[in-house]
Amino acid sequence: MEERLFQTARDIEGLYPHVHIWGFPIATYLFLGGLAAGILLFATIYYLKGKAEDMPFTVKIAPIFTFIIISIGLFLLVYDLHHKLYVWRLFTRFRIESPMSWGAWTLVGVSIFSLLWPLSYIDDIEQYLYRRGWKNLDWITNFIRNLEHRFAPFRWTILLFRKYRTFFAYILLFLSIILGIYTGILLSAFNAHPLWNNPILGPLFLTSGVSTGSAFVMWLSNNKKERKLMSTIDMALIATELFFIVHMIMGMQAGPEAFKEAAHLFLGGQFTVVFWVLFVGFGLVLPFILEGLEMRGFHIPPALPALLVLAGGYLFRYIIVLAGQMSEYPFN
Amino acid sequence: MRYAMAIEVNKCVGCGDCVVACQTENNVPLGYSRDWIIEVVKGEYPNLFMHFESQRCNHCEDTPCVRTCPTGASHVIEGGIVKVAHDECIGCGACIEACPYDARYFHPDGYVDKCTFCDHRVKDGLDPACVSVCPTHCMHFGDLDDPDSEISKLLKEREHYTLLPEAGTKPQIYYLK
Repeated sequence: MEERLFQTARDIEGLYPHVHIWGFPIATYLFLGGLAAGILLFATIYYLKGKAEDMPFTVKIAPIFTFIIISIGLFLLVYDLHHKLYVWRLFTRFRIESPMSWGAWTLVGVSIFSLLWPLSYIDDIEQYLYRRGWKNLDWITNFIRNLEHRFAPFRWTILLFRKYRTFFAYILLFLSIILGIYTGILLSAFNAHPLWNNPILGPLFLTSGVSTGSAFVMWLSNNKKERKLMSTIDMALIATELFFIVHMIMGMQAGPEAFKEAAHLFLGGQFTVVFWVLFVGFGLVLPFILEGLEMRGFHIPPALPALLVLAGGYLFRYIIVLAGQMSEYPFN
Repeated sequence: MRYAMAIEVNKCVGCGDCVVACQTENNVPLGYSRDWIIEVVKGEYPNLFMHFESQRCNHCEDTPCVRTCPTGASHVIEGGIVKVAHDECIGCGACIEACPYDARYFHPDGYVDKCTFCDHRVKDGLDPACVSVCPTHCMHFGDLDDPDSEISKLLKEREHYTLLPEAGTKPQIYYLK
């Protein structure tokens, strides 16, 4: 038997009985970052494949949302800081060892490009709004037109972006992959938390992020071909995710004691039901079956599997953030 | 120069003087502490054994806190002392997550705070506050790179252990058995 007790008081918030300093804002940010990365990944890939006209929603419309998504994520990130006024310190240097540092710089790039990308498609967006009958949204396009008209530098930037769009698409593709993978690597860099400290978390978060991106497009697109393609891609991504999850848990089970204890959180521990039933069951397997049925001709509203995937992706980030902080090296 | 601390666990009576001395010396806010004492009980009744461990930042050689810090606020100064530059810290909490010893915490003012090995005293040739007040003289502070220092000799002669060596941080607080 070994028992360890505090002899002097140390009742500091967020440290005991286990570290708990990251919660809702960080989990939500990780989800939003992955989602934005997924949407931009599809937009740039299909643009570079020359499919902009076949897949208008994916390439031209969906990226509008990424700027909003990233803005909410950034707000949550800053909100979670304890020394908020010093946030600019993130941009006084680049630290290659710290995933959070490359995340901060990547976010700057992604947010600029995710604003310029839809701005460069303003004509198509105007037409799209008109075709879908969303005329009450035309104040946005009118506002941008006005801005373009009045500020020459703004107009020049958009023209430049339009002219070299292929070049910028390659940069944005690269940045969105970094954004998708860094959220996982961010957590796996913490060796004090065995659950996070596994190399599969980066690819797993990227796959999950891209999967939520495809679900987002599938949900909001009104183009049948686009939806079908996204549904097929999503099925492949869900299958990959399932393999990664099994691989992650097997890896931890085969590891030293601290890693076995981390795996136990999902195998009999307190996250077992929420992980296997809610996330794997309702967030991965059920949408996979629904998408499969739809491909076989059954009529299933596309919003249903899409929303399940999105909710599953969010739940997954939340579970990993909370459970990861509970998994620590045991002192005895 | 490699500063380290050696603590004789069987000499420690768990009085908490080191904790109070640190709080006073470093103006640690009420309710917080940079060091703390753990009572360790081992064995089966009636053969129980007990000792105390005075714990604090381990000023590790391989510092996960410094590695994960996005701004460079967490840094290592001469002698391997790990410090936080308050005006560079954004309070993101990455270093708190990275530390397996729970040595760091959010100061009520927002930045991250922790043990500094009393570097302001050490540079004047004094011992850290916790070491200097210990009534049983169970703590020893010194330079490991100097083979003639008290701590180097103690570590050569006596059996010792560190906390969580499996976390791979190469901690520099040694507990003498």
